[in-house]
Amino acid sequence: MSVHREFRKPTPMRQSLQRAIAGAVLALSASSVLPALAQAAPNEQFVPLATYRVGPYASSGIPWWAGTIDYLRYVNEVEGGINGVKIAWEECETEWSTDRIVECYERFKNGRDGAPVAFFLTHSTPASYALMEKGAADRIPLIDPAGGRTESTDGSVFPYAFPLLLTYYGQASVGINYIAQREGGFDKLKGKKIATVYHDSPYGRETQAAIELLAQKYGFENIQIPVAHPGNEQSVQWRQVRQLKPDWVFLRTWGVSTPVALKTAARFGFPADHIIGDVWAGSEADVIPAGAAAKGYQALAPFPGGDGFEIHQRLREQILDKGKSDLKDPSYFGKVYYNIGLVNAAIAVEALRAGQAKFGNRPLNGEEGRWAFEHLKIDEARLKQIGFAGLLQPLQVSCSDHEGGGAARVQQWDGEKWLLVSDWVQADRQTLRPLIEAKSAAYAKEKGITVRDCRAEQ
Amino acid sequence: MSILSHSLPAAHDSAPVELLRRRLPWVLLALLAVAFGLVPWLGDDYWLNAILIPFLVLSLAGLGLNLLTGYTGQTSVGAAGFMAVGAFATYGLLLRVPGLPLPLALAGGGLIAAGVGFVFGIPSNRIKGFYLMVTTLAAQFFLEWVFTKFPWFYNYASSGTISAPRLEVFGHDLHSPTGRYLLTLSCVVLLTWVAVNLVRSQIGRNWMAIRDMDTAAAVIGIPVDRYKRLAFAVSSFYLGVAGALWAFAYLGTASAGSFDINRSFQILFIIIIGGMGSIAGNFVGAAFISLLPLLLNYAGQNLLGGNVDAGQLQNLQKIIFGVLIIWFLIKEPEGLIRLLTHLRERLARWPLRF
Repeated sequence: MSVHREFRKPTPMRQSLQRAIAGAVLALSASSVLPALAQAAPNEQFVPLATYRVGPYASSGIPWWAGTIDYLRYVNEVEGGINGVKIAWEECETEWSTDRIVECYERFKNGRDGAPVAFFLTHSTPASYALMEKGAADRIPLIDPAGGRTESTDGSVFPYAFPLLLTYYGQASVGINYIAQREGGFDKLKGKKIATVYHDSPYGRETQAAIELLAQKYGFENIQIPVAHPGNEQSVQWRQVRQLKPDWVFLRTWGVSTPVALKTAARFGFPADHIIGDVWAGSEADVIPAGAAAKGYQALAPFPGGDGFEIHQRLREQILDKGKSDLKDPSYFGKVYYNIGLVNAAIAVEALRAGQAKFGNRPLNGEEGRWAFEHLKIDEARLKQIGFAGLLQPLQVSCSDHEGGGAARVQQWDGEKWLLVSDWVQADRQTLRPLIEAKSAAYAKEKGITVRDCRAEQ
Repeated sequence: MSILSHSLPAAHDSAPVELLRRRLPWVLLALLAVAFGLVPWLGDDYWLNAILIPFLVLSLAGLGLNLLTGYTGQTSVGAAGFMAVGAFATYGLLLRVPGLPLPLALAGGGLIAAGVGFVFGIPSNRIKGFYLMVTTLAAQFFLEWVFTKFPWFYNYASSGTISAPRLEVFGHDLHSPTGRYLLTLSCVVLLTWVAVNLVRSQIGRNWMAIRDMDTAAAVIGIPVDRYKRLAFAVSSFYLGVAGALWAFAYLGTASAGSFDINRSFQILFIIIIGGMGSIAGNFVGAAFISLLPLLLNYAGQNLLGGNVDAGQLQNLQKIIFGVLIIWFLIKEPEGLIRLLTHLRERLARWPLRF
């Protein structure tokens, strides 16, 4: 019956339906040609947001961007902007795919309706790599806290890349330093075995050189055990761990491989409280699926979880309780991913403030944004003022140091929530610096970049 | 009605065999003139970098897969794997062979991809249909694994990422958006021209015979196995060049993750939606798959941004995109290009109807 109908002449109703759909498509395409509704004004600071609310990473993207947006909204509505300069933002959906993030960057790099762009939050190490040269050519600082290209810490070669807070090398070093703390000093590391169980991807392998160097320095045995992507079967790896009997395991997994690692470790009898997870293996999503096996597991936290910090109180009062939050599910308030968003936004806002102190209270462009980030200084007193004490480490960025902090706290999962068990543990940045400088010098040579003299910039 | 026109044989406008009548393709020439002459001057960075370059590269990749799937009938879900081979091979050639000009490096990357494609095409002698598809799936995962596992391929970079060492042709620096656009456009035009002639040649006719019925093709004396392997090799050459352009002309960097299974599906969708067994269909399909989500995102932000919850808005765009795909495929299962051809014929007869 329906087959026959297919070949009949279109009935008036079908025609009108078709016209309606065709009209809708036309209207959609026309709207993109027409000038956009004004959403930003020239006296505002424009912040493009490469969000990912759909796709495979949406579960981390939604709370993450909610944290960022809530803080920007708080600055706009409660504090009246940054020294009176309002922040305008617009999202583009990227599904966390590099090509869509590049598209978003290209779409917004020249600002919006006259409001300039001072920085771009890449939120993704692959995208940071892809945009590295474009950012330098367009003079747009690329901000990727606790990620990005490790050697771009060296601002003399990478003026427009900022892997703020804690690079991958720093993460490795903080992990080792915390283990030393627990063992009772660096001299106790001698002869100990530290196994790194890592996601066999560029991300997982990034720390190998750093741990190798630290192993030589402190005399511990460095064992590297790869887990193939996606890592939902790890018996082989943990059987190896049981045979080698390491004193500590540094867990550098990601996504599903983290809860699987914790569960398999429990099955093979390796104690969870001797596993130290790195930054991207330390959110609620990593431990809840592991159930009881995750109890006692510790993870590095440059952005700790918890909703008891001063800023949370302010946000709850001004944003959350007034129904202005971007979070649809308020139970995510204060979760690790939400706090990452908060911290990123706060760093950006503080940097803009630093830039305004030099250039005047007006929106900044990318070049001024770079100056602003390179002169960003957040000390303990300032952290208290903005309500981030304990949540964010004191930060001082400079021309030669685009990392700034280099510390993380350690949090432990008690079966229900993350508890902070240490103060800020500093990475051994002096030891790692030559490694970083060698790599950045190689990059400069490969690309023919004239290295900036950072002493002249001071 | 369309059934009638298919079943009645003598429905030609003109004599069925008229080999000498060749008109200059004015429309195509005008399009090329605009693409080469006007666009680089008029287009701003955003249009060149974020719209035109990825569109052209995806069209080329679609073309490569279409030669294999649309013309020879061998379904493959390993397209991105061969793109990765092209990207990593081009990178390796530029890095390890000093003084090799870029066009040769691109061609070399394509040839290495063709070799790999040839090897993965060998099973097509014995297996067909869904089973062959599974072997191409294996190729996809294997190649992705190879480019993660062995650091030699990415020159021992700790991040596993490759970036273009140098982009220059005969002393011209191609790093600017215009330069990269012209490089991409030249490759695409050249390879499209080759493809058009290829499918009209003996080789193309043999491929189509195999697609339509391989037993019959074997009976009339076409060496089926050889032509299937050839299709794999040629298709992989196109995909390899597309992969290298994706890595170096568009993103600037690439890692094995840039060529995952999702990219393969994206290219498969391009040819299904654009039109199997059609050259122009790849361009239409690539425009649909790569540009429509951007258009929807843009329209959504401008029309509804601020009034509708952002999360809902993104999901709504996904829904509209999906509905449009289904609607177009119901309307015309042979792809958008068929829809456009019908439209053209209808316009030519307007106001009369068929």
